[in-house]
Amino acid sequence: MTPFPFAAIVGQDEMKTAMVLTAIDPKIGGVLVFGDRGTGKSTAVRALAALLPPIQAVAGCPCNSATAEDCPDWAQVTDLALVERPTPVVDLPLGVSEDRVTGALDIERALTRGEKAFEAGLLARANRGYLYIDEVNLLEDHIVDLLLDVAQSGENVVEREGLSIRHPARFVLVGSGNPEEGELRPQLLDRFGLSVEVTSPKEIETRIEVIRRRDAYENDHATFMAQWQPEDAALRTRILAARAALGDLKTSNVVLHDVASVCLALGSDGLRGELTLLRAARALAAYEGAPDVTRDHIRRAAPMALRHRLRRDPLDDAGSTARVARQLAEVLP
Amino acid sequence: MTPFDATSGSHRPSPPPQDPWAQVGLALTLVAVDPAGLRGVWLRGRAGPVRDRILTALDPLAPRKLHPFMAEDALTGGLDLSATLALNTLQRHEGLLSRNGFLTLTMAERCPPDLSVRLGQALDARSGLSLVALDEAAEEGEGLPQALADRLALFLDIDVFGWSDTSDLVLDWPRIAAAQARLRSIALPSEALVQMTRLAATLAIDSLRAPWLALMAARAHLAWRGGQALTEDDLKIGVELVLAQRARALPQDAPEDTAPPPPEPPETDPDQGRERDAQEPQIPDDLLIEAAFAALPPGVLARLQAARAARTGAGGSGAGAKRKSIARGRPMPSRPGKPGSGARVDVVATLRQAAPWQAMRRAARPDAPAGRLLLMPGDIRIKRYQDRTDRVLIFVVDASGSAAVARLAEAKGAVEIMLAEAYSARDHVALVTFRGDHAELALPPTRSLVQAKRRLAGLPGGGATPLAGAMQVALDASLQARARAMSPKLAFLTDGRGNIALDGTANRAQAGEDAMRLARAIAARAIPTLVIDTSLRPKPQLSELAATMNATRIVLPRADARAMAATLGAALGG
Repeated sequence: MTPFPFAAIVGQDEMKTAMVLTAIDPKIGGVLVFGDRGTGKSTAVRALAALLPPIQAVAGCPCNSATAEDCPDWAQVTDLALVERPTPVVDLPLGVSEDRVTGALDIERALTRGEKAFEAGLLARANRGYLYIDEVNLLEDHIVDLLLDVAQSGENVVEREGLSIRHPARFVLVGSGNPEEGELRPQLLDRFGLSVEVTSPKEIETRIEVIRRRDAYENDHATFMAQWQPEDAALRTRILAARAALGDLKTSNVVLHDVASVCLALGSDGLRGELTLLRAARALAAYEGAPDVTRDHIRRAAPMALRHRLRRDPLDDAGSTARVARQLAEVLP
Repeated sequence: MTPFDATSGSHRPSPPPQDPWAQVGLALTLVAVDPAGLRGVWLRGRAGPVRDRILTALDPLAPRKLHPFMAEDALTGGLDLSATLALNTLQRHEGLLSRNGFLTLTMAERCPPDLSVRLGQALDARSGLSLVALDEAAEEGEGLPQALADRLALFLDIDVFGWSDTSDLVLDWPRIAAAQARLRSIALPSEALVQMTRLAATLAIDSLRAPWLALMAARAHLAWRGGQALTEDDLKIGVELVLAQRARALPQDAPEDTAPPPPEPPETDPDQGRERDAQEPQIPDDLLIEAAFAALPPGVLARLQAARAARTGAGGSGAGAKRKSIARGRPMPSRPGKPGSGARVDVVATLRQAAPWQAMRRAARPDAPAGRLLLMPGDIRIKRYQDRTDRVLIFVVDASGSAAVARLAEAKGAVEIMLAEAYSARDHVALVTFRGDHAELALPPTRSLVQAKRRLAGLPGGGATPLAGAMQVALDASLQARARAMSPKLAFLTDGRGNIALDGTANRAQAGEDAMRLARAIAARAIPTLVIDTSLRPKPQLSELAATMNATRIVLPRADARAMAATLGAALGG
């Protein structure tokens, strides 16, 4: 069955905005969705795939290289034609083995032909695309280490059987999880550009609408998709327009100053917070067709860009969202 | 033969369910009619003849068995090594999750979080997969992990049945097949969607899966009885089998369920439903709410009353505590690694890893001695166990002047004995001491007995009592331990007369306030805490503080080291 259309997701505006922003500017670096069960976290991520504009890639290349020169030698790519393909959104399942993530020797070719050949893993497939980890907080530690390492260097290196394989692995991390099942290491948290917290909708009308659309999606699929696919298409067009507008967007010194002071006041770790906040605010401005980035854009982008980068304060029961809001009110009146 | 037959097909009003055993038969029938919609059954109860009767009824569905500690490739499939080597072509075996059909999860209460989540994902991804979870939970707090409980529509508590209450169950398979054929053509009326969603909200059920699953149950019931349109009976089945168990508040409670009032019998509350649903509902909500009440499993009313306390307990306990319960002696999948540094080589896994490559390697090295296995460093697999107990005991020892020197010596002695015990139990120990104007983590979590003893021996006494500061250091250490998937436990040894505030000033009032604030923070994170009151005449401040922390408080004015250690050991659960 075709995935649930993104535009048909009821409510959850912050989550949807965050995903749109990362589609506009992948450099923002992915989204982490944390929240209750049954709130449509993974539905939204799977729906995101339909919004992403296609990429140009070499047809035969296992790691979606943009040009023939970029193809790694080991891949022995024969089909060098450039084709348009959907932006890859690759699932990283829990319990996955290291070999499947990084790639390993092709066991079939070794057995049947006695050849040493490399079989690309999930990291290769996710290159230039998105890597999605559902229940990211339950991922095994050694896989997390591996991801952090690759995300840092943008390259995957495998040494096996005297083969030394390397290929680019630049991907945007998208994760979802339920905080009750375990926490995330700060190093991994930091890899996510934006983070949002979702809760079950409280308004009864919203809840009813969720159930209605689910019913329509499951039991009247064709009609439902015919109704919503145009909306998804319109959103995709808007994302493309925003991408194009991103370059011409003006960012005043005042705005830069605002970004710095918000991050300073919150004591968010490192420069990544500032950069991400600025990128997210720019993407938001572009999405809304604004000529320049304003304080309002910063104010709205700050919670999702910063809430997962705060130092833990065990005495503050309010939670990080409230802390960001409090500081925003003070710093950007 | 089929006692539940009586409930189907008729329209007679039927709260409460007249025959609980018939209801069980009906539930099984419904899940057989629409496994894709209902996703499965959560069966709570001990293994025994009653459960066997239920499982026998499901035998024709040919469920495959799954247990909580199955190896990875049994779930997702993997290389079939013997077939591969015999045939010299790649042979894979299928995993349990990669085929449609029914799975039976035994010992579901022991299901670790990662497996439950993966099963949940598999259920979401593969509509042909359904699960019967056999939950033998004996104690409060045990049970099916939420990730599964949320997805499986039907809940059956079978411990209520004695052998004589039950009879053989035989499902009517031809009729089930007919119902399956009808299922596709049934559309859910809009009013039913609205009503079920409202009802779920009234029962304070957060997850939106619940009303959906209840609707699926109602639809399956309609298909089963072969009716034309959804009626009250169908919806009631959905409420009884799906919503009742999930209810977190009684209808007259505020939906937020902040302070559940004592539940009253349902018939005293006829107004609320009527008022809210002035827009001509098809079926009065009251009837459905009554159905929910009638179907509440025993003990649920009590649970609802205690809901709030229970929830903070469960929510705050974090991953460490959960992981610990599954940690005992569980072998982990082998990983690639280097031998040495204390790691043990998993010989079988290493051989399995090396086997498929032999032909290729031999071709590359024709001079290699015949008849020998060609191993490469990359083949080597290391055994992993979760052998650590994951427990950290954090002692917070008062070395101030008010805690008399003799007492401090006893406390040190007790901690030393505990250390020795912790060492043999492979627990971690940490030590926070406080005196003068500050508290410090004198010993970060360690298993080193020598180091701990040395730090303790060098502990000077005397000075003011910065209790709040010590609590803060202890809280930080606990949270850090939790972040590393360990379960922290706190043991305070103090007389509780804190007189230094968090900012280091000698302000008794502020100090008391700070301590209370930290006590609340400790309670909010549900860190198990023990307070040993070492003062000669116990003061109310400390008992209040202990109560705020949800701590066990033990008064030991004259305890010697050995008695204190014994008490500590018992209170911290050995």
